[in-house]
Amino acid sequence: MSSIGLTHYLALSAVLFSLGLLCVITKKNAVTVLMGIELILNAANINFIAFARFVDTDLDGQVFAVFVIVTAAAAAAVALAIVLNLYERLKSINLDEADSLAR
Amino acid sequence: MNLFDLFFYALAALTVVSALVLVFSRNVIYSAVGLLFAFFGVAGIYVLLAADFVAVVQILVYVGGILILLVFGVMLTQRITNIEMRTGTLQLLPALVVVAGVLAVLLRMVYKTPWASYAPAEFNPTSAKLGTHFMTDYLIPFEIVSVLLLAALIGAAFIARKERG
Repeated sequence: MSSIGLTHYLALSAVLFSLGLLCVITKKNAVTVLMGIELILNAANINFIAFARFVDTDLDGQVFAVFVIVTAAAAAAVALAIVLNLYERLKSINLDEADSLAR
Repeated sequence: MNLFDLFFYALAALTVVSALVLVFSRNVIYSAVGLLFAFFGVAGIYVLLAADFVAVVQILVYVGGILILLVFGVMLTQRITNIEMRTGTLQLLPALVVVAGVLAVLLRMVYKTPWASYAPAEFNPTSAKLGTHFMTDYLIPFEIVSVLLLAALIGAAFIARKERG
């Protein structure tokens, strides 16, 4: 019998979430910030699937995980398009320089 | 410590170390490689959680789609030959303090809560059950998310195109 239980997965997910948060709030590069967001979404997915395995046995958590993955794909596509547009205008994707709403 | 525990700790270590590389590397390409291995580690964790379908979707969508998209983003917005490929960090020390606080609160919550946890069932294939869920209980969210994906892709293509005139 394995000793790995629900809390192991939740702890791993908490660590991943913290690292993603650190990436989002410290990085200057817009693409790296996006990578941090993907890490956070993965941490959320680990939680969903761990609860689907240990608490609710009807796989609802896995259904939600698939929805999260789809939404992450949509978010990544739109965010990358915005980053490319930012680069067209500023010739830089340093988030500190993107501080104006004017064209 | 049996083989399952060993696999869990190996995959967890792979995931966390890759995420550390992603966060603390100064080169964007190294960050992308770190993210690649983090995604693979998470897919392995899904397999240990008996989520075979989601693990395969994770590899197909994240590794095959989102990561490629991110690397394209890096390549299109930075010249590889110059040092612009590097990414700096700001306010690293205060951020570390805040994130350590968040992590402490989360871990305390995880370990203090009496989770209503069942003994896990046997490993079974999940795709048939998931498909039934998508087509019955979750039909409306399923349709909405397909339209959302379509709208997002059209919108992304529209935003990213070069303006003329």
